[in-house]
Amino acid sequence: MRLTGAVPNFLVFAALIAVAVIADLTGNPYIVTLATKVAIFGLAGVGLNLALGYGGLVSFGHAAFFGLGGYVAAILASHAASGAPVVTFPFTMMGTNEMLAIWPFAILVAGFAALVIGALSLRTTGVYFIMVTLAFAQMLYYFAISWPTYGGEDGLSFYVRNTFSGANTFAPLQFFGICAAVLGITMILVALLTQSRFGLALRAAKENETRVIASGIKPFAIRLTAFVLSGMVAGLAGALFADLNRFVSPAMLSWHMSGEIMIFVILGGVGRLAGPVAGAAVFIALEYLLGPVSDHWQALLGLMLILIVLFAPKGLMGLALGRRGHV
Amino acid sequence: MTALLDLRDVTAGYGAVQALFGVTLSLDEGQVLALMGRNGMGKTTTVRVIMRMLPLTGGTLSFAGRDIARLPSHRAAQAGLGLVPEGRRCFAPLTVAENLSVAARPGDWTLPRVLELFPRLGERMGQAARTLSGGEQQMLAIGRALLTNPRLLILDEATEGLAPVVRAEIWTAIRALKGQGVSILVIDKSLKELGSVADRAVILERGQAVWQGPMSGLGEDVVNRHLGV
Repeated sequence: MRLTGAVPNFLVFAALIAVAVIADLTGNPYIVTLATKVAIFGLAGVGLNLALGYGGLVSFGHAAFFGLGGYVAAILASHAASGAPVVTFPFTMMGTNEMLAIWPFAILVAGFAALVIGALSLRTTGVYFIMVTLAFAQMLYYFAISWPTYGGEDGLSFYVRNTFSGANTFAPLQFFGICAAVLGITMILVALLTQSRFGLALRAAKENETRVIASGIKPFAIRLTAFVLSGMVAGLAGALFADLNRFVSPAMLSWHMSGEIMIFVILGGVGRLAGPVAGAAVFIALEYLLGPVSDHWQALLGLMLILIVLFAPKGLMGLALGRRGHV
Repeated sequence: MTALLDLRDVTAGYGAVQALFGVTLSLDEGQVLALMGRNGMGKTTTVRVIMRMLPLTGGTLSFAGRDIARLPSHRAAQAGLGLVPEGRRCFAPLTVAENLSVAARPGDWTLPRVLELFPRLGERMGQAARTLSGGEQQMLAIGRALLTNPRLLILDEATEGLAPVVRAEIWTAIRALKGQGVSILVIDKSLKELGSVADRAVILERGQAVWQGPMSGLGEDVVNRHLGV
């Protein structure tokens, strides 16, 4: 990792921690919760960025993985509360309210969905890829709406936040700490991945597919792997989001959510490690500051997005850094 | 001894438009073969067929004694075909070091050896490829292809659009590669430079090999008939 790339990424992460800690010390738990939301949405964005930013795979269906992760967390937690097993065939599986037990399930389920969706949609490119990923996510959305077992349209709530040994997950700063730690570790892993041979091939295939093939690399396998990893990170973010709200609903699976995750990435900086975190921070800050003023705050967000796409295609982080550092 | 690369009666085309009408050529291990012809006569199409980027509609294609006519493109590359394509040739956003390592495969060609051939790349390792000059990008493209440790290096218009000084530098490198025993299929417009490096030549005209033989046998009459403008 080059220094020029690492420092700004670290600064974004450090700023998020600073905001949460200062808000907690000054008795503003709501701001801590907003920072937690930034960490979670940023995590989902870091996941999408792996496919979109580094791989050039414009997935408009990442809500599928985000929502699946959320539903896995909520379903396991609600079964833990009711004591009824999740499945009885082919084996009996009970619910759990241990985050460390929930996360692997959320990651695996989201990863498996990404494997299936990716294997089919990566046969297309460009606008078709966007549409196919969107279609798969919408299928899951309508499935969730029409499945009464887990709340259907009303969603599914669980009353007690899941536990993490050694921490009180109900204390806002402690839950923030868990989310920020997950975000930080994921960012380090993504940084290592994008600098690895695998990451180089992924970025090279985005630049010129034919040339990559002529070098003896098959882009499909590389892209599918990136797509699956990307979905796994989004699924983990979804599990955390479920815990933040102690509630999941089909809205987590809807195309609005896919669009929001994409906005975090574009706003902050496509293909920049901490870009989605910065993007999510701006998004949440605008929602917090302007939401009470007008219901139409998203009009301003839209204007900002247009300006960014037109005049600063490298996003807010690219704007702040000028031409320096590009990872 | 079987040829390293062997094309027999290869036909190929783009949709309904046929571009190759039975190309036959072969290249032995350690040889440098010049693929010549006026613009639009099928040189790059032949390269695309060899690299399996364009399907054969007829004929045979073998490499290192193996039929590769049905191999997927990336497998052909893995089998030992190293292409330096024409046009903008590097992964622009990646650094020089990243460009060199992205497709590297173990073998005789190592990073120090490539940097010995192109010392200027060594000074630019951390720079994005897009910030390099045209000549440096070309050196990078050749270096990248060498690091895949190909059995055959294919240079398609390697000196096109470069300043004369830089062009001379690339030719010096190509001659050095020949001196080290690298098998090369080279496409270029400079008859003089090709004469100094190629062992044999094949001239394509309207998608067919109309002349082939040792470079020394390429007389003025042949040049005028097939290559003159």
